[in-house]
Amino acid sequence: MQNAILAAFLGGVACATVGVFVVLMGVSFIGVCLAHAAFAGALLGVLVGFNPMLGAFLFSLGTAAIIGPLASRGELNLDTSIGVLFSLMLGLAFIFMGLMPGPKTQMLSLLWGSILTVSRTDLIWLGIVAVAVVAIVILFYKEIQAVIFNREIALAVGIPAGLIIYGILFLTGSTITVSLSPIGGLLIFSLIINPAAAAYQLTYSLKKMFLLSAVFGIVSGWIGLLASYLFSAPSGAAIIVTSSIIFGLAALFSPKRKVKRWQAKDEPSRVL
Amino acid sequence: MRNNGDFTNTAVKIERAVVSYREHVALREVSLEIKKGEFLGIIGPNGAGKTTLLSLINGLGKLVQGNVWVLGHSICRGSVNGIRKRVGYVAQLQNIDPRMPITVREVVMVGRYGQLGLFRRPHKTDQTVVNKMLELVGMSHLANRPIGHLSGGEQQRVAIARALAQEPEMLLLDEPTASLDWRAQGELLDLVRRIHEIQNLTTMFVTHDLNALPDICDRLVLMKEGKIWQQGQPEQVLKQDILSQLYDAPISIQEHEGRLVFLKAG
Repeated sequence: MQNAILAAFLGGVACATVGVFVVLMGVSFIGVCLAHAAFAGALLGVLVGFNPMLGAFLFSLGTAAIIGPLASRGELNLDTSIGVLFSLMLGLAFIFMGLMPGPKTQMLSLLWGSILTVSRTDLIWLGIVAVAVVAIVILFYKEIQAVIFNREIALAVGIPAGLIIYGILFLTGSTITVSLSPIGGLLIFSLIINPAAAAYQLTYSLKKMFLLSAVFGIVSGWIGLLASYLFSAPSGAAIIVTSSIIFGLAALFSPKRKVKRWQAKDEPSRVL
Repeated sequence: MRNNGDFTNTAVKIERAVVSYREHVALREVSLEIKKGEFLGIIGPNGAGKTTLLSLINGLGKLVQGNVWVLGHSICRGSVNGIRKRVGYVAQLQNIDPRMPITVREVVMVGRYGQLGLFRRPHKTDQTVVNKMLELVGMSHLANRPIGHLSGGEQQRVAIARALAQEPEMLLLDEPTASLDWRAQGELLDLVRRIHEIQNLTTMFVTHDLNALPDICDRLVLMKEGKIWQQGQPEQVLKQDILSQLYDAPISIQEHEGRLVFLKAG
């Protein structure tokens, strides 16, 4: 249980931080795409007989590396290219699964995660990536802020915007890879999007958004774990539901939405 | 031909530049020289290559053929970032998500980031520059607002402050008044004129809208179909027959309160 609490903490921080990029750059789907790539890579590892984590890492980074040029050159609609890659990865995952003899429980656990039985190695990797993600955000905060605001302007003032975007994709891919086995392919997506989307509802400061998102990520994990313990529900699903509830509350009490109501009460227009 | 004396008075030199996007040739052997301190207006119909010409100068465009020198440096791969820091760029009004978590002051500070370089945080001097530019464009009172909450005219002023925060030697303005209302348009043109004079800049101003042309242009370049079709002083080229040919539409010019007003005739 201690390991699960620590995994929820580290995974929450890493995923929620990466989520801020994903949400602000409007590429939510990238999370699902990279998660499935990691899943397919891990399955290939199991099938052929090398470390599934290595397979997951290569596949998700490879996919991120294909999305990168598509994104920076704008040759293809980014959503379309992510969609094509996503379906390809899903297809590959099923092919690898189909080729595998015997029971598929180990494979399916990659999809659902097993935060309660997380291994020491998983935890160490999760820790390394969480620290790296936070350190990189702190080191390159101003470049990240500029690129998130507007890529073209970032380029025009002399910031290596392409490099920053590849860095962001690399971080996203790494986070997803190390979260695959403890948190699960399906759960990662909600842990990336929901905390960041909730934080987005509440603040106009990017710094606060990073902090709030990380807090929401951790809290989702911990409350989810507690709920799964109390109601003996599956832990992954409980974490997803918790993070969704947090998002719902944030959206409901968002000060950004109050602006709208105030505008609605504006003076009536004059009719001549 | 890099840092030699040829460029003491020349801000930009373009020699037979060709730019193409796949099948479409956007610039066809364009040559142009711009003097330091000059205010150059670039006009022409949509798709004439005006924006492409600007993008050559801040290194965002891809040169297929020809040579470009900006501020004494040849624009080729690898050396472009250094030039970008010395050239301010203001594009057309863009859609900004009103919930975007970035304030006006932070947007202007982005202009300092290129100069600062990686791993370095903004200092007090950077704050001073940002405050000065916000004041220059008259946006100090909105400095802590989220950028997405500003009106179009205000956002364009902030964009100019951001470009000026780079402390650039050149300022490129690409249709900065497009989709602004009349008052905002007039105020922005006044601001551009004032800044050009105070900051001692070389300015290039692109527009398709003849009525949005600042009256301080030293020279006008008329572009059509990827070429420089004509150029000259404003009084030489702002003629009904020339403009009607340029835009392939009858244009009439009238004088109103000492300034030229352009109308679509017929």
